[in-house]
Amino acid sequence: MANSSCSDVKVLGAWPSPFVTRVRIALNIKSVKYEFLEEALGSKSQLLLQSNPVYKKIPVLIHGGKPISESLIIVQYIDEVWSSGPSILPSDPYDRAIERFWAAYVDDKIFPSMKLINTAQGEEKAAIVEQVTEGLVLLEEAFQKSSKGKAFFGGDRIGFLDIAFGSMLGWLRAIEKMGGVKLLDEAKTPGLVQWAESLCADGAVKGIIPDTEKLVEFAKILVKMKGVPLGKN
Amino acid sequence: MAEVKLFRAWSSPFPLRIVWALEVKGIEYDMIYEDLSNKSSMLLQYNPVYKKVPVLLHKGKPISESLVILEYIEETWKSKTPSLLPGDPYQRAMARFWAKFGDDKILPLIWEAFIKQGKDQEEALIAAHENLKYLEVELRGKKFLGGETVGFADLTFGWLANLVSVFEEIAGVTLIDHEKFPLLLTWMKNFMDAPKIRETWPPRDKLINHFRALRETLIAKEPK
Repeated sequence: MANSSCSDVKVLGAWPSPFVTRVRIALNIKSVKYEFLEEALGSKSQLLLQSNPVYKKIPVLIHGGKPISESLIIVQYIDEVWSSGPSILPSDPYDRAIERFWAAYVDDKIFPSMKLINTAQGEEKAAIVEQVTEGLVLLEEAFQKSSKGKAFFGGDRIGFLDIAFGSMLGWLRAIEKMGGVKLLDEAKTPGLVQWAESLCADGAVKGIIPDTEKLVEFAKILVKMKGVPLGKN
Repeated sequence: MAEVKLFRAWSSPFPLRIVWALEVKGIEYDMIYEDLSNKSSMLLQYNPVYKKVPVLLHKGKPISESLVILEYIEETWKSKTPSLLPGDPYQRAMARFWAKFGDDKILPLIWEAFIKQGKDQEEALIAAHENLKYLEVELRGKKFLGGETVGFADLTFGWLANLVSVFEEIAGVTLIDHEKFPLLLTWMKNFMDAPKIRETWPPRDKLINHFRALRETLIAKEPK
């Protein structure tokens, strides 16, 4: 399947969501044009409720009228459908398993803990920061093994795990700023520090990951609104 | 000595999925049983991040997390039928969606309903039923979620067929009733009777004893 017309591919999303970011990066890698339908904060469109009745959450990819939900599932779908474009997952089954493992780790362990830093204080906050840092050190080790000296987890080009983890960088920086903490640092995670720079400069990623300042402002709005979940897909 | 080894605990539903996948595809493997209260140094070496079962060891390389392992099996033994995932990317996305849905939205709630009592149990059950409704709808017109044969999503929901009646007997509560979920109950029966699945069923009386003891321990730990 080569070119699709723009109306064939729609993304239901919102600019602050790291999960939505994943889908957009993946589509950019494949040079797929799409229509971005921004959901308003605090309300869910009819289209969203219809397209994702189970979770009622973004992102949703609608391709030829058919909806797909759950960001990592969407990214794999994109990789499989637009197979003539650059590959997102590596070709070797073991390498694919490693990337899927760490992508799930980001979702299950890293991001949920990162979010807690915002509202935690004192000892509890220090404990969570330590937990996140330890997790990032594990990712650093995974990066060293996976990248084999190249810029990305995927090697020369951005791949699945780069997308899964890279999409979190906006919020990671915002949480560092708001919490006055350092999560990625040269001492413990030197590879990831470099990786983050390379990732954000990449053509497929530029302009997609929101500015730290914008996210900090957005976080303040969320706090005022109370109970609106922070970028959950 | 098979080049595939599977670390499992006899009662745990997650490694059982992998057993089913390997059996259904006719892949030779050695089983290594772990005592989860006394984990082997091998397990800790192969899964240092989570220290859990299942771990699949293939040619000495370990893979953890059951859904990751299922994808690995499907991709590595491509020529072994039946395929666990369909060929069409949209159908594959759907299979993955339901598998994840089961693990995120059904399994934890059924588990809650099993180990809790009173109001906590009631609430967990209501939430579980809300989510099971989606599964009931999805089963319309299908023998299995994978179509005519057991597939990726069926394997991840297999624990329902294996454990729900065990939980119901122990806790004395109906978790999945015939009136609300007729298709699901039919699916559970079809799954249990599917080729290669029945042979690997853990013995029911052992499961009852194991989970009864586990439930009692967890209830005793609850703050009064």
